[in-house]
Amino acid sequence: MAKTTYYVPIGPIHPALKEPIRVEAEVEGEKIVKVDVKRGFAHRGIEYMGMKRNAIQTLYLSERICGICSISHPYAFVIGSEKALGIEAPPRAQYIRPIIAELERIHSHILWIGVIAHEIGFDSLLFWTWKGREKVLDVLELITGNRINYAMYMIGGVRRDLKESHIKALRDMITYYWEFTEHMKEVFLSDPVYKARTRGVAQVPKDMALKLNLVGPTARAAGLRMDIRQDIPFDAYADMDVKAVVPQDIVGEVRGDAYDATMVRIYEIEQSLDIIEYCIDNLPEGRILAIPNYIALLNKIKKTAGEAIGAHEAPRGEVVHYLKYDGTRDGPSVWKVVAPSYNNINSWGYCLLGAEVADIPVVVAYIDPCLCCNDRVAVVRDSTGKMLDYSFIHKKAVEKTRALEKELGVRK
Amino acid sequence: MPTKAMFLMIKQALQKPFTNPFPVKHAPVNVTALIEKVQKGEVQIYPPIPIPEEFRGKIHYDPERCIGCRFCITVCPANAMEWIPELRKIRHYVSRCMFCALCVDVCPGKKFPGEEKPVKALSISEDFLLADYDKYSDNLIEEPPEAKEKGL
Repeated sequence: MAKTTYYVPIGPIHPALKEPIRVEAEVEGEKIVKVDVKRGFAHRGIEYMGMKRNAIQTLYLSERICGICSISHPYAFVIGSEKALGIEAPPRAQYIRPIIAELERIHSHILWIGVIAHEIGFDSLLFWTWKGREKVLDVLELITGNRINYAMYMIGGVRRDLKESHIKALRDMITYYWEFTEHMKEVFLSDPVYKARTRGVAQVPKDMALKLNLVGPTARAAGLRMDIRQDIPFDAYADMDVKAVVPQDIVGEVRGDAYDATMVRIYEIEQSLDIIEYCIDNLPEGRILAIPNYIALLNKIKKTAGEAIGAHEAPRGEVVHYLKYDGTRDGPSVWKVVAPSYNNINSWGYCLLGAEVADIPVVVAYIDPCLCCNDRVAVVRDSTGKMLDYSFIHKKAVEKTRALEKELGVRK
Repeated sequence: MPTKAMFLMIKQALQKPFTNPFPVKHAPVNVTALIEKVQKGEVQIYPPIPIPEEFRGKIHYDPERCIGCRFCITVCPANAMEWIPELRKIRHYVSRCMFCALCVDVCPGKKFPGEEKPVKALSISEDFLLADYDKYSDNLIEEPPEAKEKGL
């Protein structure tokens, strides 16, 4: 009998992938009949690094966990640290923080909308959306000093204040984006080509989304009303009434596919604009840092013990940081990070099964995967599949380093 | 069926490019010849987009103002500062720096006689064109001049 299925391995390093992950698919014609997703190629041991540094250094290290959301991880980190250490940020800082976080959500969502246009093969639309994204990046650069890696947050406040010129730029940006989202709705949501490529693709029903532990816009597209800003409000989010954006509120029905995910993201941009407007209208006066001297802050951390969980709704879903300070070091003694893409990648296996090969890019892109956030643990197995323990790997590593030193003649 | 996206794309084609064509519009065939022409004034280059007010560029270090408190070494997340014990000053490696400007915030500075406020030893400059072939070149290390003379 002739062979009917073919094995298609993609990754971990592949021209179509931006970050390392492995997808092994078995195809029969155009249809995928078997699929396996393997992750764990981007482990950097960043939590272990953080547990050896002081809290301020770790905060800036956490900004580098994700390649694009450089405020979500610091936000969760400062929320957790402030709870653990008993520091409260001044009201003005509590209103400046959501502004930066929502600006980042706008730029991240517009980036995703461009990427999905690229994945369905519509590159002119990619450049058009990214042209619109420049405006928010310019505002971020004006306020924080850089386009990415803003270095804005500090345990107990923010480092830079909002000036009158910044508020004027923010108001200009809000008017610009109300117009731009209207254009995006017409270009994406009422376009027959876009509808044909995304309706029914990557469809996850509500009960399956719960079973797969989906979070963020992916879960909201499936109709689940979950949002950290609504469920566990913090900072200025507690003062305003943030409601999760779900398709049943917008059009009245839920399908949970890539088209719904686009809709949720475009409407979330509008929600973010509302939040920014509320924050700049109600911006309180006063200090921006609870403890302005960083050395005094580090001394306080050294004397305080406590543990807490900090959570923030990142553009991709919920980011959770667990922190424990033991009162002997000026940094966290335990630091654990949970990133949203880890949960969302669960949906790939379900969505790819039975899909067509041409739908793979849409299924992969619709959750907005960020693989550098993901990997927290690396496991090494030998040829028989037995897991190797830490001390054995460490011994081997030391042996290899010594051998290399000898070979290369490294001076001690 | 004509859609909104079609009109947008046609409109785009008629507009000027959105990006700034820095330094020249098309990649030159011969870069050295282009640099010579620019130096002679034959060719005009497009200037870079102006940077915002509080842009965090290369850190500038003024050893005269440094009191040797080592606060910058404590907070620097990238370990870009090195302590020179003989001079009680620091050396800053720009190639390791991640431009968070925490050291600038934390620097107490020094007050010279006749001045009202202390001036910080570390400051943010507007310099951002930092490409170099050697990560230890003079352009990428900020240190006291004595350190170089004595070879510390």
